[in-house]
Amino acid sequence: MSESLAKWQQPDTIQTSLNAKNIAIVGLSSNPLRASHFVGLYLLNNGYQITPVNPTEKEIFGLTCYPNLLEIPHEIDLVDVFRAPDAAPGIAQEAATIGADFLWLQFGVISPEAIAIAEAAQITCIVDRCIKIEHARYRGRMHWLGFNTEQISARRREP
Amino acid sequence: MPIHQTTSYVFEDSDAAAAYFNLQEYGNTYSRIMNPTVAAFEERVANLEGGAGAVAFASGLAAQSAALFTLLQPGDHVVASSALYGGTVTQFKHLLRKLSVELDFVDINQPSAWQGAIKNNTKLFFGETIGNPSGSVMDIQAIADIAHAAKIPLMVDNTFATPYLCRPLDWGADIVVHSATKFLGGHGTSLGGVVVESGEFDWSNGRFPIIEAPSPAYHGLKFHETFGTFGFLMKLRCETLRDLGACMSPFNAFLLAQGIETLPLRMRAHVSNALAVAEFLQTHTQVSGVHYAGLSASPYQTLVQKYLPKGAGAVFCFDLVGGREAGIQLIEQLSLFSHLANVGDAKSLVIHPATTTHRQLSDTELNAAGISAGTIRVSIGIEDAQDLIADLAYGLAAIT
Ligand SMILES: Cc1ncc(COP(=O)(O)O)c(C=O)c1O
Repeated sequence: MSESLAKWQQPDTIQTSLNAKNIAIVGLSSNPLRASHFVGLYLLNNGYQITPVNPTEKEIFGLTCYPNLLEIPHEIDLVDVFRAPDAAPGIAQEAATIGADFLWLQFGVISPEAIAIAEAAQITCIVDRCIKIEHARYRGRMHWLGFNTEQISARRREP
Repeated sequence: MPIHQTTSYVFEDSDAAAAYFNLQEYGNTYSRIMNPTVAAFEERVANLEGGAGAVAFASGLAAQSAALFTLLQPGDHVVASSALYGGTVTQFKHLLRKLSVELDFVDINQPSAWQGAIKNNTKLFFGETIGNPSGSVMDIQAIADIAHAAKIPLMVDNTFATPYLCRPLDWGADIVVHSATKFLGGHGTSLGGVVVESGEFDWSNGRFPIIEAPSPAYHGLKFHETFGTFGFLMKLRCETLRDLGACMSPFNAFLLAQGIETLPLRMRAHVSNALAVAEFLQTHTQVSGVHYAGLSASPYQTLVQKYLPKGAGAVFCFDLVGGREAGIQLIEQLSLFSHLANVGDAKSLVIHPATTTHRQLSDTELNAAGISAGTIRVSIGIEDAQDLIADLAYGLAAIT
């Protein structure tokens, strides 16, 4: 499985996607112990504009929460998905409608159908990866905790 | 690589401090849990082993204890190779018993024995790539397959091979541990240990509630669900290392990382010297057996070709025809080999187990441990092989 997904896990694609500014997080939870909450807070602290999407919440991080992507009144560059795989095709369809550039499916959100829908609308997909980890790998502090960033370089890096 | 000789770190502001303690942002809080110099060492080892990350500890045994504490709880069962470093055998036998964890030792040479030892509560398989001191070679892939079919992780002590000779994660192991004290550091100056994890084992497979369920030791955090690939490593660092406290010092991390810079050069010299010395000993009339897996006559040749194509390490035993007395005489005569209780230094080391590490044992007990009264263990260094052979030839000739 992981090998067949390699096409949607390319380092170049991932690094380009991190240039996005407006990120909608579908399935963002207000529970501080959920992975989506960790990721949302991390992206917020690292300068991204976050738009929560979750029909069961009104506000998360003090930001208005929308029931779906179509209701969002502003532009979205990247859609980050924390939902069961069977919800992904519908989200991909919405992402196509609002003209997002990237569809990011988090760990375990593996849906060939969602990928097909998104790619048909020229949306670049990243699958079975965590945007927080990848940000920390290329731009953040992942190496502070002994993780393997796979970034081997003799260049000076900021502490 | 700077040495961050500090206990703690000034926070940017209160929000940043809170985010670090909540694990919402990667940040330094206190050097028992993380330190930039230690982290640089950890990332290098993780990278060399091909793992998701690594956590360093004060010694190899501290690293093993921490891995065990992270994934075991009372009532669990561990299956381990019977050909392990003596200190590990003691650790497993006594520490695990105190924790009410069951243990079975099985024959490293028979993967089917591992299959037969599995119980409902088995949570871990453990073995050494190259056994200390027996020189056994582990069939990592076969044993990993058996472990995974039963949803059990395989942990491998890769101290003797180092990632230069073998990368157990590539063959299906899930966790690698090292005594960095040995070949990684390479100069016999500093103790250290490290745990590397692949990030690929499914800790939410139902067998590991200790990792999957909300952790009472970290305000209800579900480590695997929240951190995915990094779940085990986060728990290992932020709970086990925090609580056991056996952290690596920044200065040792600096020295060990400096050692790693020459790892490939040293390992090439270690294995070529080891083979030359083993071949010399094999032909000597005072020597009745040489247990080096790199010899063409070794029963481990097939496994060596598969797992250790660059060489079978540099630690091995040989038996003297003259038994205990001959062992004492040889040790007394050697002048290049240092007589001490370590392995993996750049210099050559020698020890006579019957009069040192295994002194308390009778000849019968020695045989049960796979050694005899005349067994000598050497750790071959990176000196000129001819000098080492000349030293041994002189020492062997002096046996009366
Ligand atoms: C194979 C092996 N594993 C683990 C250890 C323990 O390492 P440390 O002495 O760093 O605790 C040793 C030490 O001799 C060893 O030889």
